[in-house]
Amino acid sequence: MATELLMPALSPTMEEGTLAKWVAKEGDSVNSGDIIAEIETDKATMEFEAVDEGILLKILVPEGSEGVKVNTPIAVIGEEGESAGDVAQPAAPVAAAAEEVSPQGAAEEAAPLAPAQVAVPSVDVTPDYPADAALKPTTVREALRDAMAEEMRADADVFVMGEEVAEYQGAYKVTQGLLDEFGDKRVIDTPITEHGFAGIGTGAAFAGLKPIVEFMTFNFAMQAIDQIINSAAKTLYMSGGQMGAPMVFRGPNGAAARVGAQHSQDYAAWYSAIPGLKVAMPYSAADAKGLLKAAIRDPNPVIFLENEILYGRSFDVPQIDYTIPFGKARIWREGSDVTLVSFGIGMQYALEAADRLAEDGISAEVIDLRTLRPLDYGTILNSVMKTNRCVTIEEGFPVGSIGNHLSAYIMENAFDYLDAPVINCTGKDVPMPYAANLEKLALVTTDEVIAAVKQVTYR
Amino acid sequence: MAAKKPAKSPNVSKDELLGYYREMLLIRRFEEKAGQLYGMGLIGGFCHLYIGQEAVVVGLEATSQEGDQRITSYRDHGHMLACGMDPNGVMAELTGREGGYSKGKGGSMHMFSKEKEFYGGHGIVGAQVPLGAGLAFANKYRGNDNVSFTYFGDGSANQGQVYETFNMAALWKLPVVFVIENNQYAMGTAQKRSTSSPAIYTRGEAFGIPGESVDGMDVLAVKAAGEKATAHCRAGKGPYILEVMTYRYRGHSMSDPAKYRTREEVQKMREERDPIEGVRQMLLTGNHATEDDLKAIDKDIKAVVNEAAEFSKESPEPALDELYTDIYAEAV
Repeated sequence: MATELLMPALSPTMEEGTLAKWVAKEGDSVNSGDIIAEIETDKATMEFEAVDEGILLKILVPEGSEGVKVNTPIAVIGEEGESAGDVAQPAAPVAAAAEEVSPQGAAEEAAPLAPAQVAVPSVDVTPDYPADAALKPTTVREALRDAMAEEMRADADVFVMGEEVAEYQGAYKVTQGLLDEFGDKRVIDTPITEHGFAGIGTGAAFAGLKPIVEFMTFNFAMQAIDQIINSAAKTLYMSGGQMGAPMVFRGPNGAAARVGAQHSQDYAAWYSAIPGLKVAMPYSAADAKGLLKAAIRDPNPVIFLENEILYGRSFDVPQIDYTIPFGKARIWREGSDVTLVSFGIGMQYALEAADRLAEDGISAEVIDLRTLRPLDYGTILNSVMKTNRCVTIEEGFPVGSIGNHLSAYIMENAFDYLDAPVINCTGKDVPMPYAANLEKLALVTTDEVIAAVKQVTYR
Repeated sequence: MAAKKPAKSPNVSKDELLGYYREMLLIRRFEEKAGQLYGMGLIGGFCHLYIGQEAVVVGLEATSQEGDQRITSYRDHGHMLACGMDPNGVMAELTGREGGYSKGKGGSMHMFSKEKEFYGGHGIVGAQVPLGAGLAFANKYRGNDNVSFTYFGDGSANQGQVYETFNMAALWKLPVVFVIENNQYAMGTAQKRSTSSPAIYTRGEAFGIPGESVDGMDVLAVKAAGEKATAHCRAGKGPYILEVMTYRYRGHSMSDPAKYRTREEVQKMREERDPIEGVRQMLLTGNHATEDDLKAIDKDIKAVVNEAAEFSKESPEPALDELYTDIYAEAV
């Protein structure tokens, strides 16, 4: 049966091209793989090969023709004795449906902008744990270790890998005692090879294990960020839901003290930008424990951002088996004049500022986001609609910060409730300096938070 | 290299040989059809064809057992067909349709099958190497004797994470066969212009990983090497490297005019070393099959591929709400 040869698309962007030369002539017999024409695209001259065997019955577009649209019939191929008029069917149509499925169309349907009336996302106000649970002062470091140990006892598929996690007992002693209890099959010292072990951990997670990959600090995870994002975060989507990476990447994040530019960066905003990842950044020991246990049980890749300065801080931790759900902020302090939103170590500036503001008669509500993806938008909106003012606090860089995102969200969803612009208190727009005085200047401070609150409350 | 040489080890059954012929031919015809659909605009973006390299995956799959995993780069159609994935589902993923293995959300470079233990389909050169070692890590953790076939190219072999992985795989004795498909070109850069030492299989020596070079245009040679490598891994001796010397007839991707090599070089390979023609001659000269038998197989394969093409055109595009599914897994 004679068939039409169509002008081929020879690159992802080609819409038309020049039929530079016919290598085969009418009447020639051609085999699969034979070059029959040369076609110029916007990038190169490509050889056009026959896919089927047969006789080139008729050339429909002469050589030298420019601007030949993709899918235009350019020749007819068939068997001996056939003629060009025997073409059985019109050229197969290009996926016509493609037109209807423009990304813009999809976005409009799926994510409508909020109308003037504010629709506050639902808020989970159940207590994190029963009020009568016994509490015990525990450091963040111990709470994290206990979370891992409890989950490893409960699930044999959970294991820890990273630099110095086993025999050294953790560079920051977070994994202390785990090797003794669980052995070297489940508490694994890796070489200094972040890209490699992040990939091995992700592969093990694809196969159904539940790795906890410790980075000595998240600064070193930049070596591994391709595996975290391109492999761990995207595979569930790329596989149509068949397989993903049930795992935790954890370690200290942000500035410690006097460790310079390469060891002092907050990655909260980076990882929070990525669909497919979940991101937690706890402040208290109770939250650190409950969130890490939830992270280990979560079937998705979780970025768990800890802080070296907070490791040694003690907080009351309930002496029961509990988890903290992702996407549920914690209101540390209720107030009526301004909403302070923070997470991780930023909370210490927020809470200090709230104490001092109270002395000046300003009542600040303090929200600890606890997780940045998913993010508890409902709690923020409810609070801002009450206080009409908001200041965000974080240690990360100012451009593209979590505070920027929250400002945009509040503006889009509760603009009419704002009595002042939202102010973002962040680290400064500089690499972290080493000198003690400059380092102090580079970080966000309680004084800056107080100044911002006074600005939005017009005091 | 003698033209159409008989296999060095003719100790293979007729049925096996016919099976390899059929599987290699399926890959070739499938890829030719994919190229055709690309030209018609039905397949978009990047599309990397496997034509010429068929003996590599078919030879290695012949040594796999239930539960073994495989993972590779973006030149992945052959691997999927060779491990038994449905041609309809693969082709429909190429056309971005609901019937594709990833419901149209992955495309040519990103396809997976949990059922067939095929772990992708990875678009970042070399990234699949630590991932493949991670699959092997899971085998060792679970104490089974499964092997991870981790495929990468001569181009990937210059990525740093490959050597990070060699180190850990050897240190922890992970059951992984590193299959380096050396098709001589990293996109448009010939191996001699990119690689300081041409014998890539020797690069495991520094880590204590044995390696060997294999004729990748001879399916029986690949299978023999694969048997040795998998036996090594299953015995708990750690990883093994096979550098399989092969050749891709087409460009790096559909949009590559391949001006970095001569037409004659490609033609010579096709005429003298074609892996499918090699098996075909073995079947005919050994009187294992007649021309008519082989024609019947060709016809069968053509029907399978045509059906896949039809399915891939008729399967609808994914529903619009698929945009927001499969981003997060729900807790079970």
